[in-house]
Amino acid sequence: MFWAEVEAPLIAQARRPGQFIILSIDSDGSERIPLTIAGVHSERGTIELIWQRVGKTTAELARLQAGDAIANIAGPLGEPTHIERFGTVVCVGGGIGNAPLLPIATALKQVGNRVVSILGARDKSRLILEDRFAEVSDELIVCTDDGSYARKALVTEPLQEVCQRDPKPNQAFVIGPTPMMKFCCQVTRRFDVPTQVSLNTIMVDGTGMCGGCRVEVDGAAKFVCVDGPEFDGHKVNFDLMIKRLNAYKKQEQQAYDQYRQHRCQIGL
Amino acid sequence: MMDKAKLLQELLEKEKSGTLKAKDRLAIPAQDIPEQDAEARRRNVSEVALGYTEEQARIEALRCLQCRNTPCVEGCPVRIRIREFIGAVAAGDYRQALAIIKENSLLPAVCGRVCPQEVQCQEKCTVGRSLKDVSQAVSIGRLERFVADWAGSHNGSPQDAHRESGIPAVAPPTGMKVAIIGSGPGGIVAAADTRRAGHEVTVFEAFHKPGGVMVYGIPEFRLPKAIVRQEIETLRKMGVKIVTNFIVGRTRTIEQLMKEDGFEAVYIGVGAGLPSFMNIEGESLVGVYSANEYLTRANLMKAYQFGAGADTPIARSKKVAVVGGGNVAMDSARTAVRLGAEKVYLIYRRTEKEMPARVEEVHHAQQEGVEFHLLQNPKRIIGDANGSVTAIECLRYELGEPDASGRRRPVAIPGSEFQIEVDTVIIAIGNLSNPLIRQTTPGLEFNKWGNIVVDENCRTSMAGVFAGGDIVLGAATVILAMGQGRIAAAAMNEYLARKQGSRSE
Repeated sequence: MFWAEVEAPLIAQARRPGQFIILSIDSDGSERIPLTIAGVHSERGTIELIWQRVGKTTAELARLQAGDAIANIAGPLGEPTHIERFGTVVCVGGGIGNAPLLPIATALKQVGNRVVSILGARDKSRLILEDRFAEVSDELIVCTDDGSYARKALVTEPLQEVCQRDPKPNQAFVIGPTPMMKFCCQVTRRFDVPTQVSLNTIMVDGTGMCGGCRVEVDGAAKFVCVDGPEFDGHKVNFDLMIKRLNAYKKQEQQAYDQYRQHRCQIGL
Repeated sequence: MMDKAKLLQELLEKEKSGTLKAKDRLAIPAQDIPEQDAEARRRNVSEVALGYTEEQARIEALRCLQCRNTPCVEGCPVRIRIREFIGAVAAGDYRQALAIIKENSLLPAVCGRVCPQEVQCQEKCTVGRSLKDVSQAVSIGRLERFVADWAGSHNGSPQDAHRESGIPAVAPPTGMKVAIIGSGPGGIVAAADTRRAGHEVTVFEAFHKPGGVMVYGIPEFRLPKAIVRQEIETLRKMGVKIVTNFIVGRTRTIEQLMKEDGFEAVYIGVGAGLPSFMNIEGESLVGVYSANEYLTRANLMKAYQFGAGADTPIARSKKVAVVGGGNVAMDSARTAVRLGAEKVYLIYRRTEKEMPARVEEVHHAQQEGVEFHLLQNPKRIIGDANGSVTAIECLRYELGEPDASGRRRPVAIPGSEFQIEVDTVIIAIGNLSNPLIRQTTPGLEFNKWGNIVVDENCRTSMAGVFAGGDIVLGAATVILAMGQGRIAAAAMNEYLARKQGSRSE
């Protein structure tokens, strides 16, 4: 997991919870990747980015030092989260999903919701932002898949428990790996708790121009970049989305392998 | 080559002595443009059409009858004085030819390459009419390209050739700020024309590189990117500020630009920018692309260099089906060929005659081995357990009665389903209008298709806001966008002058 505070005053000023940016490290040859905005410091004109090293671009990004520049950042993109006073809201974050979830939980708290946060990660080293969720949550449940920290469970377990309470939560927000969102939605559907998910698909432009990010929602194609990134989780075709996310698996691996091999050879 | 030189010499002598009659001009063979060999170009992205030699250009120019009524000019969306520029080419005065073109068109190197001349100026050409064959008309587009390229190779930048300083003259500062949204052909023209009037002009581009459809859409083999870069460079030298990675509507709204950032006039030239899909089964399978995505990956993101300097991947396709019959469909099919596909099928529901693509592009695609499947249309796309495309199921069609567009309506033949084995499908059936400006600009009037409503001067329903190109016209061409950019710029200059006048009173 990596974190950076990036100077982008116009984005910092315009951005609202739920929105994301697209960046590329250089102008020639670099790919464009979407990253969620984890936080903002309007007084400094900066935004916070949190990412996981999964391929060439995220690895290159992780090598940048304080003071380095990123050639291109465009945003804020996507429709902002619809924030209102629902009553009790359960916010479920998995892995890197905690980053985009934090500004949403914060905004939900600010308008007077009771916020129950459930954070999960594969292991202790991958759990992020626990302290900051503690600040904005009325109740915080933490779990790890392997039990290396806090409760040993998948987030669906505590989510089910929270849904079983009387009264049940009025609304759920779930952000994390696609399979996790899929299974969380299966739980909340059983309890009839409306659920918003935030999707992170493959994108090129992020402005509606290419349609590469399309997902099936309620049987119709929607563009994550302009119609989303948030959708009614009970209507998203997650299985198809997972397949589309894997579209370039081989090439992504090839690019990453080449990059690492190149780095080894030049002795870095 | 010797033949050409000799022929030109003879023709020039005849012209000089006043014995080159219309009959003789009509007898001059139409000059073909040299092209890269079809087999070779399947393996590279270099430009296909290589351009006229000087002799060819002058011979072609001598085919022009110099009609007094200039029907060709009526066919030109920006009314270039065609007769005069062709006369200058025939006389060998290319500098003068360029100056004449530049009176009306800012980007001859682009338009000479991508304009559909056969349905514009050349369609009206008397030579073509006399020979009863539009393909025998004077090749006005190739001559325009020749002039622009000649200037480029003789003076650095094609558009500066006739100017001493190399940069179009800019009037003294007016102190007024103009925002141009989108750096495509319309935006470039609007920026240049408002800058010439002395306004402080900023172009906002959502992508990381300026040029709009000329860099993300039209492939290198049809329009070399170096030409677009040069045009952008000229804008910069004129003092136009170009801001990339700036999404109007998201980064700043039009209202913010005008109320908080001091822009007094805005031109919206954002293009269409929302791909149409067919809404058939299987369209979200892995391997199904919009033409926009496919071309953007290949062109702007240089996916053809994946693993060798570019990080953006694209499908490694063996068998590709492209759906559609326009220029974008041809560009997609020919890009797929260059990316190494063994088979590329172009599926179109009417016949070749009804195709909206340029004849030249249709021929190029055929020469490069693209197989045309006419009177067919997809019914569904079929995938495997991994969600990857394995085949496309089509229906056969026949042509019925003419529809509203005057083209005969394709009618599906029931029970005619058949499958074609493919691993990639590219949908190139047009664009809808992008919702970003609409969602974020209350007060701006749109029609039911989401296009901005403008008057004949490209004025929108909001004071100080002008619009042109695809966001107004739906699907149009580079030259129509440029034409609107020019009309809008004139209206903006007038609007700003009036505003300034009322202020100083």
